[in-house]
Amino acid sequence: MAEDVLLRLDRVSKVYKVGAFGGRELAAVSDVGFEVRRGEVVSLIGESGSGKSTLARMILRLTSVSGGTITFDGTDVSTLGRSYYRQVQGVFQDPFSSFNPIFPADRVLTMIRDQFFPRAAGWSERVAAALEDVRLDPGQVLGKYPHQLSGGQLQRLLIARALLLDIRLLVADEITSMLDASTRIDVLNLLADLKARGLGVLFVTHDLSLGTYVSDRTVVLRQGRVVESGPTTQIFERPEHPYTRNLLASVPRLGAKWADEAAPTGLPDGTPVVTADGTGNATGNVATHVTEEKA
Amino acid sequence: MALRVTDLKVHYRTRRGEVKALDGVTFSVADGEIMGLAGESGSGKSTLGKSLIRLDSRMRHVGGTVELDGTVVPVTDKRRMNAFRFHKISIIPQYSMSALNPTRKIGRMVGELLASRGVRLETAELERRLELVGLSAEVLGRYPIELSGGMKQRVVMVVSTLLNPSLLIADEVTSALDVSTQKAVARTLLGLRDGGLVGSMIVVTHDISLVYQIADTIMVMYGGRLAEKAPADAVATSPRHPYTRALISSLPEAGVRHADKRLQGIPGSPPALLDPPPGCRFRDRCPLAFERCAEQPPFAEVAPDHFVACWKAM
Repeated sequence: MAEDVLLRLDRVSKVYKVGAFGGRELAAVSDVGFEVRRGEVVSLIGESGSGKSTLARMILRLTSVSGGTITFDGTDVSTLGRSYYRQVQGVFQDPFSSFNPIFPADRVLTMIRDQFFPRAAGWSERVAAALEDVRLDPGQVLGKYPHQLSGGQLQRLLIARALLLDIRLLVADEITSMLDASTRIDVLNLLADLKARGLGVLFVTHDLSLGTYVSDRTVVLRQGRVVESGPTTQIFERPEHPYTRNLLASVPRLGAKWADEAAPTGLPDGTPVVTADGTGNATGNVATHVTEEKA
Repeated sequence: MALRVTDLKVHYRTRRGEVKALDGVTFSVADGEIMGLAGESGSGKSTLGKSLIRLDSRMRHVGGTVELDGTVVPVTDKRRMNAFRFHKISIIPQYSMSALNPTRKIGRMVGELLASRGVRLETAELERRLELVGLSAEVLGRYPIELSGGMKQRVVMVVSTLLNPSLLIADEVTSALDVSTQKAVARTLLGLRDGGLVGSMIVVTHDISLVYQIADTIMVMYGGRLAEKAPADAVATSPRHPYTRALISSLPEAGVRHADKRLQGIPGSPPALLDPPPGCRFRDRCPLAFERCAEQPPFAEVAPDHFVACWKAM
């Protein structure tokens, strides 16, 4: 079991200094722990302010960790050099701002060659293979400028870029939220395909139905803390934490109207704001399903 | 019939030519009807919403008429439209959370707005309306920065409907919100109609599952034209247009798992509206396309209140 774990977060916290001269502290993430294994999609679900993007940024080392450790393959990621990015890559929300509009979009692939494989033989075959993996037709995307491609094509091109590096873990932060419904599902299917190839995928999203569609395990975050985690089917069918239940009840479904329960199921009016002392969690308790299967 | 739109065409002027964002739409909205207007980016849904209240300088009215409560709405006449805007037709804009003046307390801003329109409103009435959308009168003494996204959204809803417009256009009002806040805001829209503050409503959205929760009817747009309009349940359970069907079957509903059922997207991409091909605009992506699709199908009533623009649905 243990050697299957790609990424492990152990009591990870992030404190931002805010206010004039950084006088106040804001705990964006507190004591978060979970794992991503080989060949597994884990969805990290949370509303705005839940700290899910901060976690993704910490995993990608784009921001520092205030407390706790993040280990990749058993090694603390802060001690790994540039080789870390050979194995772990991220794709973000806005495909349109990830590309430089002056250059053809496939420049992101060429840059990988220049940075990591300057003398690679058979590069164009590798590009063709990576594009095929993300179900893009090379003739339709190579040499095109970003504005000539759709959001879904651009997102898939970024995933192809990550695949060129033979990555083992992909951090996908809200990668479908700017895509149209008709192309969103193709990108989700792609994540499931990556899983079949043995990659670990951390799928960060605010949308529970998208999370349930692709993931094997789900971690629900609220105000920087994990409120519930476990196998996706279990969380979806038998959510234990009231917050998760509310979240599930709020997801709009076509063909089924929201149940007319008396109390508003939403949060109280203030958006979830992480309090200065980090005690944002109203209920405090964490529902954790048994996640360790017996081998 | 509260709103009747006939063959409305609005194009965008660009240096490369005219983008036919709205290319001949004909539909009506009944009194008290909440119509969901769904479509993907570039379908013309926002253009339609905006055309009913204000054409900006890039938009050119090419043809067609808009009638509200039996009166012709002078959509092309900016000056005469002033009599309609806010009074008869109001809009909750897409980025309404940034529509509030950050330097004014909410109460003062509302006061200034009313004064500029020469309207008086009792404070008690304002408070009643705030209560209707689930806000306390306390927000009047607060600055926008002190309110959450959902609260700001609801303040704008109250402001937009102060004069009981007979038509309210809500443009993507829930798209930037979390699911639980979305639900509260969507219910607020319903409350505005049920409370008699608004006549009928057009709720523009890309999220068909969300609008289904509150809409009486749903109209689907594709490539600057209407694809389908029907009662919400009919769209959800028995859509007739191939595009609506493909769109709905590509939605991962809560509970559907990839391992059990692999959903399919719609191959291809929407047509460029700069110089769209003749005939049905969905033709290139449509699994049912045949020779006749080279000719534009009419938006015809195939069942009571169920309109579809597809040769195969007739």
